[in-house]
Amino acid sequence: MELIHLSAYDLSIPALLVLALAALSWRLRLGVERQLLIAALRSILQLLLLGLVLNTLFSQRAPLPILALALFMLTVAGYEVMARQKRRFRGLWGIGIGTLSMFISSFSITLLAVHLVVRVDPWYTPQYLIPLLGMLLGNTMSGMAIALDNLTRNAWQQRGVIEAQLMLGESWDRAIGEIRRDALRSGLIPIINAMAAAGVVSLPGMMTGQILSGSPPLEAAKYQIMILLLIAVGTGLGAIVAVWIGSRRLFDQRQRLRLERLTDA
Amino acid sequence: MGRLILRQFQGAGLEPVDLTIVAGECVTLTGSSGSGKTRLLRAIADLDPHGGAALVDRQLVDETPPPEWRQRVGLLPAESHWWQERVGDHFNGSTTQLLSALGLSEACLEWQVVRLSSGERQRLALARLLDRQPAVLLLDEPTANLDPENSARVEALVGDYAQQHGAAVLWVSHDPRQRRRVGQRHLVIRERRIETESA
Repeated sequence: MELIHLSAYDLSIPALLVLALAALSWRLRLGVERQLLIAALRSILQLLLLGLVLNTLFSQRAPLPILALALFMLTVAGYEVMARQKRRFRGLWGIGIGTLSMFISSFSITLLAVHLVVRVDPWYTPQYLIPLLGMLLGNTMSGMAIALDNLTRNAWQQRGVIEAQLMLGESWDRAIGEIRRDALRSGLIPIINAMAAAGVVSLPGMMTGQILSGSPPLEAAKYQIMILLLIAVGTGLGAIVAVWIGSRRLFDQRQRLRLERLTDA
Repeated sequence: MGRLILRQFQGAGLEPVDLTIVAGECVTLTGSSGSGKTRLLRAIADLDPHGGAALVDRQLVDETPPPEWRQRVGLLPAESHWWQERVGDHFNGSTTQLLSALGLSEACLEWQVVRLSSGERQRLALARLLDRQPAVLLLDEPTANLDPENSARVEALVGDYAQQHGAAVLWVSHDPRQRRRVGQRHLVIRERRIETESA
């Protein structure tokens, strides 16, 4: 089966529908028409830009620009993790914790996948590296954002409980142990649910895309299995690293709880 | 045994203070609310950053691992917090004597923390602290929620503990009669300075 190409005229139909939705929002006084149009415009521009960039990268196949794009994606993901926190770590830690732990988890797992699972040669072949990295970053990002948000919010609310244990001579990691476990659990639940619902309730995005572009459904299913399993590992690993660094940062050298290292809500 | 020594010790927002509380001695501390009593106690327990030096016997705070320091310098905060559902899960050792001295039976170890009255919480928090046998006691209004009978129990228990274990006690209280009953020396915080309280 050949891929059916979409023309600008084809895309204008969904675009007109979005305009209609904006008009409806204005008529019903929902007040979201401005945000809706800006977001729609952003997605159009960002995706067209990505398409252009990938076109160039695919034709050039030079490792440095590919690496630069990968690092850019990583930084944006780190920023997104920070932006979703109600209380963030002040200073460079805010963006640093998310970026570092995603670097450790998503990056290493993507490399592992292209090297050992898909066995692409060379490993930086952008057709494989960029989509896999994007899938992993996008999905582990939300798990880690939830875990970190849970950690900082509960540490803030349960300050008295943490300090009560410190006062009685407990070490910092015992005092925050239960909060840390809770944060990790909450970060892992979405991907556990996603794996359980895959193929029964939801048709995952990557598989959908491959089927649309003409891959045999069973091949698409195998890729989807790989990516789901890798996302689960990446989320777990990333959340563990992020929550560990984050919980350590909540205490100083003398194991005092330092909530002023978080921003106000 | 515990002798608490503060040398040019400075809690947040307070002037530096020199103070020695010998083993078995109880010193009271008062001052209007917001004057920094709680801040001073938290700094001595090393829960907040501080300047100067604090020692228990000959051991400097900065040379002691934090959990060990806080186990030796037991702080009883005005409001107690609990992290398990069951009261008994917060205790380590044998508690029968402690509980009966506070007018509580051993059955209360099976109680749910959420069902405790404020007075029960306060007494159990003291029992939980003494259970860990600190060498120094920092008590932040330990009888604020108690009736006279239970206040007397707490005063007697802390006095006995200080004598038996040679513990130094710093006791924050708003009640001048209680301060006279429990303390051998009396301090007051006025305008960020810690002074001897005149009778």
